[in-house]
Amino acid sequence: MTAPEIAGAEASGAAAAAPEHLEGRGAWFKKLPVVHQLRQSVGLQRGMLIAGLVLTAGFVLVAVLSPVLAPFGWSQLRDLDGAFGAQQPPSAEHWFGTTVGGYDVLSRVVWGARTALLVVVVAVASSIVVGVLLGLVSGYFGGWLDRMLVVVADAIYAFPSLLLAILLAIVISGGQSSMWGGIFAAALSITVVFVPQYFRVVRAEVVRVKQEAFVDSARVLGTGHWRIMTRHVLRNSTRTLPLIITLNASEAILTLAGLGFLGFGIEPTAAAEWGYDLQRAVADVTSGIWWTALFPGLAIVMAAMGMTLMGESLNDLSDPRLRSRARSRKVAGAVAATSVEADTSVAPVDTAEPKQKGDDA
Amino acid sequence: MRFLLIIPTVFILVTTVFVLMRATGDPITAALGGRLTPDQLAERIHAAGYDRPILVQYWEYLTGIFTGDFGTTISDNRPVIEVLSQYGTATLELATYAVIVALLLGVPFGMVGGYFRDRLPDAVLRILAILAYATPVFFAGLLLKLVFSVWLGWFPVAGRVSTDGEIEMQIAGADSGFMLVDAFATGDPAVVLDVVSHAVLPAAALGLLTAGVFLRLVRTNMIGTLGADYIDAARSRGVGERRLVTKHAWRPALIPIITVAGMQIAMLLVGAVLTETTFEWRGLGFQLAEYLQARDFVAVQGIVVLMAVVVAVTNFLVDIIAALVDPRVRY
Repeated sequence: MTAPEIAGAEASGAAAAAPEHLEGRGAWFKKLPVVHQLRQSVGLQRGMLIAGLVLTAGFVLVAVLSPVLAPFGWSQLRDLDGAFGAQQPPSAEHWFGTTVGGYDVLSRVVWGARTALLVVVVAVASSIVVGVLLGLVSGYFGGWLDRMLVVVADAIYAFPSLLLAILLAIVISGGQSSMWGGIFAAALSITVVFVPQYFRVVRAEVVRVKQEAFVDSARVLGTGHWRIMTRHVLRNSTRTLPLIITLNASEAILTLAGLGFLGFGIEPTAAAEWGYDLQRAVADVTSGIWWTALFPGLAIVMAAMGMTLMGESLNDLSDPRLRSRARSRKVAGAVAATSVEADTSVAPVDTAEPKQKGDDA
Repeated sequence: MRFLLIIPTVFILVTTVFVLMRATGDPITAALGGRLTPDQLAERIHAAGYDRPILVQYWEYLTGIFTGDFGTTISDNRPVIEVLSQYGTATLELATYAVIVALLLGVPFGMVGGYFRDRLPDAVLRILAILAYATPVFFAGLLLKLVFSVWLGWFPVAGRVSTDGEIEMQIAGADSGFMLVDAFATGDPAVVLDVVSHAVLPAAALGLLTAGVFLRLVRTNMIGTLGADYIDAARSRGVGERRLVTKHAWRPALIPIITVAGMQIAMLLVGAVLTETTFEWRGLGFQLAEYLQARDFVAVQGIVVLMAVVVAVTNFLVDIIAALVDPRVRY
């Protein structure tokens, strides 16, 4: 019921907030996650947040527009002029060159963004649904089930994530599969790794919130368990989720690439996947062929970096010890010069000053 | 009491691996299905005991782990424990180098970042740390290999030692598994240099990844302690800035750093799997990738169980160390 709703809202908060932010800002809009933090931030943290939003928006755009942007198909070997040829260096026709298998590197990089985005969205959305539900039920009712779930979640949390994902990929798909099969196999493998994180965070919040007076008064009024859980407790237990979502999204991209690199990716004819392309490029690098490794690798770095930048700055903003404050003009000025948006970030410093002081007091 | 949790944790890990591996069916069919006739397959499955009730197999698996019996690999018919001990040392060696690199880079730069919080050095260091985190360790490895081995020719492309060095080690009878120890055993400086030059790039690739995490960790905790009142008190007494950072603020920041650094062992092992594949460093990770390709799930199960247990036990030890270091924590 509400859990998927929340999942949808939160997921779009992580992925789609960027373009929305650029269009305009209504009053209700200022309270959304990410947007609220953007208004609150100053200096370096603002620069990092904006850089993260821009990189993430770019990644999402490339993924969505990949059919338009990619010059060739991901498994296309020839066009009207004949075969592309293997390991051709970058040229006017193939900007990023061709791979050992004779594919166009640029096209595979662009199509790879679509695969990565699908995996991230499916993995993060499903781990939120499962993790939040389990955390809510476990934290709200407590008892032996709660204790058992905590021990299991801690054990799985301690499991090296890529190894767990490998085992699950073997179980789910037997290692190799079609595009959608591969995407779901990879996404589900990553989901199981992430569920304990959401479980732990939501459970801790639920245990705290259910002690509050308004929950007691709801109970006294005869409100049902389900309604208290979804209306009263859950709504007040999701504040740390945007942070975990952004950090998980970048981890999902890296785990997908790691799986692909170890040969558990999606077959090259089914879809383009950056990790798989890098695995094929290991031998190329030894013979000095740089373009097959450099471009897919850079794509991974930029996609993961965008989300990590967002997550890092959200983390700083949520922690009062780490939040930068526009206390003195000297400090703020020095930071503004290093940030991405050097010009615009100076202006809000003045307006943010009284607000920040109010927050602290 | 909290320390006793290590027992259910290890039990759950070991059980999870068993359940997942067996959910795919028996490992013989997975490895050899299609290559043998159904009769031959059934015979092999019966010989290996995979047709017995699952609980019997589970019990045998659990007792086997306690006695160091992890089964026999299917692809090359070796006891898994032998594979683990032979290649485990190589992974341990790589992980040790990587931790050294990570500490040498992460701790001092984290202190610098924390001290110059939100100013230029901090901004540059933070961006670099995030870049290190966002770069897959195998891509970093490929780039290092491309620039420093292929283009500049400073370091060898792959492996742990050159053939000449290996022969010298065999003559000297050094086979501890730790290449550097063996190299010193030969007494030939050329062999030592050879081993070191092989280790530089893998250690740098894996170490950079971890250094980014250490930097972030040290920075955050330094900011926390640098803001404390006793730092202001010490500064007003005229304690030098350098001493303030390296002595007064550093000690209390150390405890959370130890805890999280222990958890990084997990990340390091995963990174080692990918780094070893990139550099053909013949350790557990390289072997794991080989066995995955061969669909030899008995070997995969053994390696994964070992790594998971090593991680769990390390975290457990780290908790104890943190408790010993921190006078406030008492169990």
